[in-house]
Amino acid sequence: MGLLSRKVTCNSHGQDSSYFLGWQEYEKNPYDEVKNPKGIIQMGLAENQLSFDILESWLAKNPEAASFKRDGQSIFKELALFQDYHGLPAFKKALVDFMAEIRGNKVTFDTNNIVLTAGATSANETLMFCLAEKGDAFLLPTPYYPGFDRDLKWRTGAEIVPIVCTSSNGFKITESALEEAYQEAQKRKLRVKGVLVTNPSNPLGTTMSRNELDILVNFITDKEIHLISDEIYSGTVFSSPAFISIMEVLKDRKLENDSQVWERVHVVYSLSKDLGLPGFRVGAIYSNDPIVVAAATKMSSFGLVSSQTQFLLSAMLSDKKFTKEYLSKNHKRLQKRQNKLVSGLEKAGISCLESNAGLFCWVDMRHLLSSNTFEAEMELWKRIVYEVKLNISPGSSCHCTEPGWFRVCFANMSEDTLKLALKRLKSFVGSITINNQSHQELKNTRKKNRNNWVFRLSFQSFHDREQEER
Amino acid sequence: MEFTRNNRQLLSKIATNDRHGENSPYFDGWKAYDSNPYHPTHNPHGVIQMGLAENQLCFDLIGKWILENPDASICTAEGVDKFKDIAIFQDYHALKDFREGVAKFMGRVGGNRVVFDPNRIVTSGGATGANETVMFCLADPGDAFLVPSPYYAGFARDLRWRTGLDIVPVDCKSSDNFRITRAALEEAYEKAQRSNINVKGVIIANPSNPLGTVLDKETMRSLVGFINDKNIHLVCDEIYAATTFSSPRFISIAEIIQDMDCNCDLIHIVYSLSKDMGFPGFRVGIVYSFNDDVMHCARKMSSFGLVSSQTQFLLAAMLNDEEFVGNFLRESSKRLAKRHRVFTTGLERVGISSLKSNAGLFFWMDMRPLLKEQTVEAELELWRVIINKVKLNVSPGSSFQCSEPGWFRVCFANMDDETVHVALERIREFVLQGKEEEKDVSLSHTSKHWRKQNLRLSFSSSRLYDESLMSPAHMISPHSSIPRSPLVRART
Repeated sequence: MGLLSRKVTCNSHGQDSSYFLGWQEYEKNPYDEVKNPKGIIQMGLAENQLSFDILESWLAKNPEAASFKRDGQSIFKELALFQDYHGLPAFKKALVDFMAEIRGNKVTFDTNNIVLTAGATSANETLMFCLAEKGDAFLLPTPYYPGFDRDLKWRTGAEIVPIVCTSSNGFKITESALEEAYQEAQKRKLRVKGVLVTNPSNPLGTTMSRNELDILVNFITDKEIHLISDEIYSGTVFSSPAFISIMEVLKDRKLENDSQVWERVHVVYSLSKDLGLPGFRVGAIYSNDPIVVAAATKMSSFGLVSSQTQFLLSAMLSDKKFTKEYLSKNHKRLQKRQNKLVSGLEKAGISCLESNAGLFCWVDMRHLLSSNTFEAEMELWKRIVYEVKLNISPGSSCHCTEPGWFRVCFANMSEDTLKLALKRLKSFVGSITINNQSHQELKNTRKKNRNNWVFRLSFQSFHDREQEER
Repeated sequence: MEFTRNNRQLLSKIATNDRHGENSPYFDGWKAYDSNPYHPTHNPHGVIQMGLAENQLCFDLIGKWILENPDASICTAEGVDKFKDIAIFQDYHALKDFREGVAKFMGRVGGNRVVFDPNRIVTSGGATGANETVMFCLADPGDAFLVPSPYYAGFARDLRWRTGLDIVPVDCKSSDNFRITRAALEEAYEKAQRSNINVKGVIIANPSNPLGTVLDKETMRSLVGFINDKNIHLVCDEIYAATTFSSPRFISIAEIIQDMDCNCDLIHIVYSLSKDMGFPGFRVGIVYSFNDDVMHCARKMSSFGLVSSQTQFLLAAMLNDEEFVGNFLRESSKRLAKRHRVFTTGLERVGISSLKSNAGLFFWMDMRPLLKEQTVEAELELWRVIINKVKLNVSPGSSFQCSEPGWFRVCFANMDDETVHVALERIREFVLQGKEEEKDVSLSHTSKHWRKQNLRLSFSSSRLYDESLMSPAHMISPHSSIPRSPLVRART
């Protein structure tokens, strides 16, 4: 009999993955413009740091919300005591209105169907507890957010079976990929309870097309399973095509209110990405199934949103002038920043998947791999972290089936830092290209060019670098 | 409806079972209060809430501190320069200043006999989240924990619901003043073994909810001896530590193990600011484990219920203000002691006694003499009379799994002084009226008289429930205290 639970000793928390190891390296040697200009630049963190000035300006204009006051009266005591898991009604109203606004008001949300949780991390886990258990599986399109391994599987006992998406079609979800994933689950003797998608996608940065969404609805209808749409990045869509929410698709297909499917679709949301407030732990589950809402509401006791935070944000999000201004300015800044990253990468001979959302780009470095393997991807990644001193996320940590793709974040740093990062990357690519060329030539003309000491030297230094990494 | 049934089969067992414990009949008390809450002017004949263990006695002190420290908020002009850094801070190690403040506070509350290491502090979504997290770390589905009864009703959900664990109660008797005896522990353990139940540990609340007593050194040492013998864990929920208002002093398990031979890998503390400071809305839970593996695991799990960084920042400033903390703890004790005294002496005057207690936000009231028979049914009957006739929401002992009928938990710190007097008056009237009626009617008729009253009242009260149940707006959570507060009313 072990002294501790199996959860302590297993690896399902997923934190041994390279995704988190890169973070650790960054923590040891973080870049600072002044104090540590040669440090590692963090490009593995999907944070939105571009619009804090808009938030701070709102705070300056709204001192009451800032100091626990309403209509001149202190409501500190009431807030401090408020632990009702139904949430602060004013906050829920403001939140659902905000969610509708992000969707161009094409859909509306009912406050009775929303459950507040401590971040999307908690929302996703809670939904899993409600929909699945040991022996069950959810299908997820790859590549997907590394944290899902922990959030969906660790304490719930549920499994993830990948829906393999490839670069051949821009990583879009296809009917055959869905079907294959379903069969794979059957082979593993797992009962498929649903599909979970992130839309807009992390790590791809793309919004799902209507066609994909239709395919999904058809699939879950046919298999009679759930669909969870994690729409945490819905407010970061900065260019066309416009964001289409799963709720909009259901509405357009007249599946509201009187069908089974309606009750099997659930949306997860959070303010961590759109508003850039991950520290405040504001997440939400939206479900059309009253049993799920009831169960999730009770479960939210394990991770409620601080009443202090609910109060502040209810004031902020109720200010429609603010939300309109914020969403518009934020989109523009994200677009501008993404363009900088994309064009900077292009100058270094690196292309990205065309994207219109998110806080990152899905970058194609396949041509920089020494071989089309995940070992080579790891090799390249380590060089980028330790030599180029950029923490980016390797595709394998996102369960991508093709080596050579990396997620690179662009919204969590200043413009100058981004420029520096691109500069470092460009010179690295320059040197690696020369070395790859020379390495290739050497392999081809090994016997002929032994006397050319320039090539010998390049070959030498290439090997030296490999030694250091070990 | 066919659709709903099909869909229901697609949900997990956890989503559709009852192990959250909220379908219990005990929520009738909440419903009665919610549909008819007392207010001194708007509803002076409403139900007074005495079933909610909240500390509302010291908000004036905290309110003053907040006004004097605008830089503790990241939203005020004085503090907004920190807004961005705090807003993006989601590190599950939690803010250093916050951990240091909490560690200092815990040390102080433990009488400065122990120093808590800020690096061992792990946050969670309230003590609710902390208890569940510790269970996830220590046990697997099907395992069990021993829990001395009477115990906090929420343990049924927190320890069992999503973890898949079981609770094995350890009977504590009034003849022992509800002490946890070695014999009771051994008996419960052996019984579990015989039924092939794998016991992974013991969980206690010290100070006790619902008893309001602190554990003595001898009992604590005996507990440590027991768990070391069996090589099982000891989880101490010390959430009420600073509500100790008179002697004997509160002793943290951390202090006990300092002077004992003990495998410290088995010792874990759960803490929170919800009771000691009166901040249940801020969701500050703490896991403090002496076991490194558990600490690391709990820290990873804290991702599922981190404390809002905005709240961490505010409370870091508050808890690190040693002068404020000292003053707060002294005042809080004084006010709790006074409130406790007013109630218990007021009740004694009408012949109702309670368990001698020196901590908590409630006392354990002995209503056994008023039961027509010593059964749970009789207790519940009396309870319904207290709710519907006396109009006080108190908590029956059976909701805490108490093995002896007739005990009730009565909360005293969640109301103002005037309400205290109204409540006492109502109890006084009720008891004296009962005594009058006893004089007029022969003893053999007394029970029939109670029953008649109960039947009449139950009928009318069930109509009340139906109305309230039909309106979803009246459904409150077990922990909400102010269903009619402006916060809840706001529908902008």
